[in-house]
Amino acid sequence: MKDQWIMGIETSCDETAVAIIKNGREIAANVVASQIESHKRFGGVVPEIASRHHVEQMTIVIEEALKEANITIPELDAIAVTEGPGLVGALLIGVNAAKALAFAHNIPLVPVHHIAGHIYANRLVTELTFPLLSLVVSGGHTELVYMKEQGHFEVIGETRDDAAGEAYDKVARTLKLPYPGGPHIDRLAQDGSDTLKLPRAWLEEGSYDFSFSGLKSAVINTVHNAEQRGEIIAPEDLAASFQESVIEVLVKKTLNATAEYKVKQVLLAGGVAANKGLRKALEEAFAHTPEIELVIPPINLCTDNAAMIGAAGSIMFDKGIRADLTLNANPGLDIELYN
Amino acid sequence: MTILAIDTSNYPLGVALIEENQVLGEYITNLKKNHSVRIMPAIQTLMKDCERVPAQLTKVVVAKGPGSYTGVRIGVTIAKTMAWSLKVPLVGVSSLEIMAAGAGRYFDGYISPLIDARRGQVYTGLYEYQSGELTVVKEDRLVLSADWSVALKEVKKPILFVGNDLPLHRTMLEGTLGSQAVFAEITEHNPRPSELALLGKGKPGEDIHSFVPNYIRLAEAEAKWLEANGKILNG
Ligand SMILES: [Zn+2]
Repeated sequence: MKDQWIMGIETSCDETAVAIIKNGREIAANVVASQIESHKRFGGVVPEIASRHHVEQMTIVIEEALKEANITIPELDAIAVTEGPGLVGALLIGVNAAKALAFAHNIPLVPVHHIAGHIYANRLVTELTFPLLSLVVSGGHTELVYMKEQGHFEVIGETRDDAAGEAYDKVARTLKLPYPGGPHIDRLAQDGSDTLKLPRAWLEEGSYDFSFSGLKSAVINTVHNAEQRGEIIAPEDLAASFQESVIEVLVKKTLNATAEYKVKQVLLAGGVAANKGLRKALEEAFAHTPEIELVIPPINLCTDNAAMIGAAGSIMFDKGIRADLTLNANPGLDIELYN
Repeated sequence: MTILAIDTSNYPLGVALIEENQVLGEYITNLKKNHSVRIMPAIQTLMKDCERVPAQLTKVVVAKGPGSYTGVRIGVTIAKTMAWSLKVPLVGVSSLEIMAAGAGRYFDGYISPLIDARRGQVYTGLYEYQSGELTVVKEDRLVLSADWSVALKEVKKPILFVGNDLPLHRTMLEGTLGSQAVFAEITEHNPRPSELALLGKGKPGEDIHSFVPNYIRLAEAEAKWLEANGKILNG
């Protein structure tokens, strides 16, 4: 059978990324131009600056990916691009570059949901077996997604306020840690212990939804109250207590959903999947259920990249999903839209 | 020679195809609608109607701003990607220069194209046709229209103002400049994409990878950061 070559393009936040994926699972190229250094001094991603960088990087990154994969544009079967969600101005650069390539070279265009991409990063590690459950944790998302088959997504739980990653960033700011705060909290937490007994947001019985704004406020209040009393809380313990509260809820809800939906695989997805504490807790939780395979991608496939967009794009392409030249950036795109 | 011109830098959306000595076709709208949805289909339709395919293009010309940050990035991204992937030269042209080129060709005096930039400010510059060549007299800039009109009083020549945003600044300009100020008719205000193509025809290709829009302004966060950190702003 003829090989399938898909180009993935991802510009939803602060990484300009292009990848070439062979037959849906093999990474022929995976180029990521990170802007993290440009946003550091602002303490977070500045949308206008992200968009400006994407314009500068876009064709450079496309060229690098093609070179790395040793392939030419006419050999591509499709161009898969992140349609949303994300920063609209940033998404627009990838979407318009993809449309220009698709038009200029008469190549099919495939729209991809960013979170579908994060989930499909796992297919670059191992073949997916259905039904499966994916725990998606990133700066903008905290979701439990059920999949009965390839390319079919059902959100069974999601955050009602802040994403886990946002809570990490806000707590990091309270602790005056440099941006991005997540990895710093994870590192500090390794040296502390859960002494503060912060609240766990379980919500109603049987709900797979999440809520982290209460926890975030609890952290801020705890620090504030301690300051008023002239006490000092060890940052390690604060980090460990916060992280423990987040992870306990994430893992417990995932375990509960796994049982109810009788899944064969559990996939971790999203930028926060780089978190050591979360990885360890999931590994421990699933150590005694050999009938369920836990898949955790390597860190470079958890953070934003285009290989995951190419991997998801391959499945969407096989499903016959196509976009025409009116494709727009859609910052509020629904993952169930292309089911 | 087949040149494709693309302009999404402000509300007017424009596409043109020109060949050696003729304009094959052009498309303009002046609507507050989404350029990202409409520009590629406009390019596709125009090329199809003109029976041209992308592989026949020999140059891509794009309006590089000033204008809407998001708008100008859409056109520039498409132009960069097409030019680079089709291995043809890319040329960027000032969005103000396009306006001056069309409206002022047979005008005896200076031409000041205007784009409103809010809070009494305009993006503008000063152009003049000298023996059939459009030349820059004062570089594109961001300026208070009040200050601009005072500066123009010194130049002692009639000045043709052009741009869809003229109504916002007309009283001010007329008040300062009196009969020195001439105002273009509404049919001249939309930048003509065929003028963009023609301007690009005569200019050398840019380095495609490093080509960026001319925003004129720093990103707001950047400007604030520089100010807060005691850095000097020049512009
Ligand atoms: Zn992401």
